[in-house]
Amino acid sequence: MTDSPQDDVILAEAENAAALGALRDKVPSAPPRSKWRDVWEQFRKHKGAMIGAFFLIFITLGVLAGPWLWTLDPQKLDIRAKDMRPIYTAIWDSAAKTGWAHPLGTDQLGRDNLAQLIAGGRASMAVGWAAMVLSLVIGTGVGVISGFFKKLDGPLMRLTDLFLSLPILPLLLVAVTLFRQPLRANFGPEGGMFILIVTVVGITSWMPTARIVRGDVLAIKEREFVLAARSIGTQPFKIITRHLLPNVLSPIMVSATLGLATAIITESALSFLGVGFPSDFPTWGKMLADAVARMEDFPERVMLPGIAISLTVLGVNYLGDGLRDALDPRIRGR
Amino acid sequence: MLTFAVRRLVLSIPTLLFISFVIFMLLQLAPGDPMAQVPLTVPPDVKEKMRQALGLGEPPLVQYWKWLVQVFWIEPKIFIDWLTRDSWLLGWLPDTHLYNGELRVISWQTRSPVMDIVLQRIPQTLWVVGMSYVVGVLIALPIGIYSAYRQYSVFDQAGTFITMIGFSIPPFFTGPLLIVVFSVYLGWFPSIYDTTHVVRDWASFKFQLSQMIMPVMVLALQTTAQLSRYMRASMLDNLNQDYVRTARAKGLSEAVVVMVHVLRNSMIPVVTVIALGVPAIFGGAIITENVFKVNGIGQLLITALFANDLPMVMTLTFIFAFLIVLFNLIADILYGLLDPRIRYD
Repeated sequence: MTDSPQDDVILAEAENAAALGALRDKVPSAPPRSKWRDVWEQFRKHKGAMIGAFFLIFITLGVLAGPWLWTLDPQKLDIRAKDMRPIYTAIWDSAAKTGWAHPLGTDQLGRDNLAQLIAGGRASMAVGWAAMVLSLVIGTGVGVISGFFKKLDGPLMRLTDLFLSLPILPLLLVAVTLFRQPLRANFGPEGGMFILIVTVVGITSWMPTARIVRGDVLAIKEREFVLAARSIGTQPFKIITRHLLPNVLSPIMVSATLGLATAIITESALSFLGVGFPSDFPTWGKMLADAVARMEDFPERVMLPGIAISLTVLGVNYLGDGLRDALDPRIRGR
Repeated sequence: MLTFAVRRLVLSIPTLLFISFVIFMLLQLAPGDPMAQVPLTVPPDVKEKMRQALGLGEPPLVQYWKWLVQVFWIEPKIFIDWLTRDSWLLGWLPDTHLYNGELRVISWQTRSPVMDIVLQRIPQTLWVVGMSYVVGVLIALPIGIYSAYRQYSVFDQAGTFITMIGFSIPPFFTGPLLIVVFSVYLGWFPSIYDTTHVVRDWASFKFQLSQMIMPVMVLALQTTAQLSRYMRASMLDNLNQDYVRTARAKGLSEAVVVMVHVLRNSMIPVVTVIALGVPAIFGGAIITENVFKVNGIGQLLITALFANDLPMVMTLTFIFAFLIVLFNLIADILYGLLDPRIRYD
């Protein structure tokens, strides 16, 4: 100890610096990792999800690029080449009517099955994606608003309960049969039906998303960073877009995959029941419905669209399963 | 608990009224005309009278009010009359004679009361749909229990895969698939459900069984897929709890630990899910009934929609909504009764 108090301070500072230096790591032990990289690595471990994702991408690219690769018109009637079997039928039945011109055969009017499958996939995927986006937008909007603004919480949640107690499939059927004519008159037969099915599926499937998002928003709203944002005068809208939405992204993504699966199935079910797209416009559900009457002679016409629907939905469901695991931080660490 | 039940019961009345109002107003927008099938030779003033006779001349609100009165006031009267006259349960009571020929909800297709037609159709739906739900539950519970008990085993992985398939393959594909395999190629089961069939002896019972197997299996696959996932998740939640370790430490056999201690606690959420799924299966049965040509209420709804029979559509959709509200209520009350930790105050 020295006499001068100033020396004490200097000494203490030197000691502090030494102590802090010892505590401080020389370099970070590992390079900083982004969250999405962690998510991706967890996601890659889920084999089913990887296969599902690849299959979904494959189907999407297939139906997008298909018309350029396989240029036959799906609606062209070729009555001479009707009722052709798929090419693989020739393996066990050499007398079957097959040909490389129509590798998956033709239907009872001579329309090419492969071209119809591609066109039908376009319709089903377009309806699925559009309806999913619509229901996500409605669901997220309702969920965020009712979680963030206390006054609107009660009415909006009552509305959600009300929608949940509506009988969905009967109402879908009612709505589609009732509004088919006016919409067809305004937007053409295909466009009108597309708008109608997307709207109806979107309006009747947003409720689970809204509930999940509301719950998450209620929890995140009370956290310190939102308080900090509010204390520096951030507008509510900015708080929602900058702080709340990025934090509820993972449940939204999971319900997006589930929504895509239900939308595809619902569209096919409507087509199957005969209230979907017009009869000359192929979709997977309509191909299946048309083929059921002749499935004893031509089982492949039921199998092909049925397998297409099932595999797509299976892929989407596995993708959702993997996403749920990958986005859950409690599972991701392990 | 009782106050909660009463409050929910009272609250469900405005909910149902609102739903019925929404459905009614939706149907008012229908572009179809019930007089479209009437021949053109019928003069316009006669047509107008027919329209009036169907109750179409009134403003929509009056029509809605009349529908409400018919469904909630006149139909219950008929039901009570039937109870005291023909049923074996209350038939000993004196006949009440509440119904004096007031107008009931009339179907535009058949010009007969909608409720009579619905009552004719309900047994078929209940047989097929109800049986499929019971079968689905009976299959799903053991699968869920065993896959949770042996988590990540081969059985569990296979179960997960099968439930995923059950989720993903729509009934309008499994139905035709089963028909192709089992009635066309193998010829084991009939592809069309014969609703006029009466069970009299052993042979006719076997026929009834064989025609029910396929629709029941198609519907049961959907139920099984959902329920076994819930059962597995719920069992997994409970298997790692402290009370399970305590039960094992006491020296209880593994069967008692799993089937008594864990199962009873895991069943609480599953029972409510089972209750919530009942109305959904009625909606899902629309497609299955269509595939197997079962003339139940789902098929009735479809034909009524295509025939523009608005009173029938209105009443049937309301019945579906009523089932949903009813089973939501049952699920909430069951949850409170089974789990003493839940307090609705």
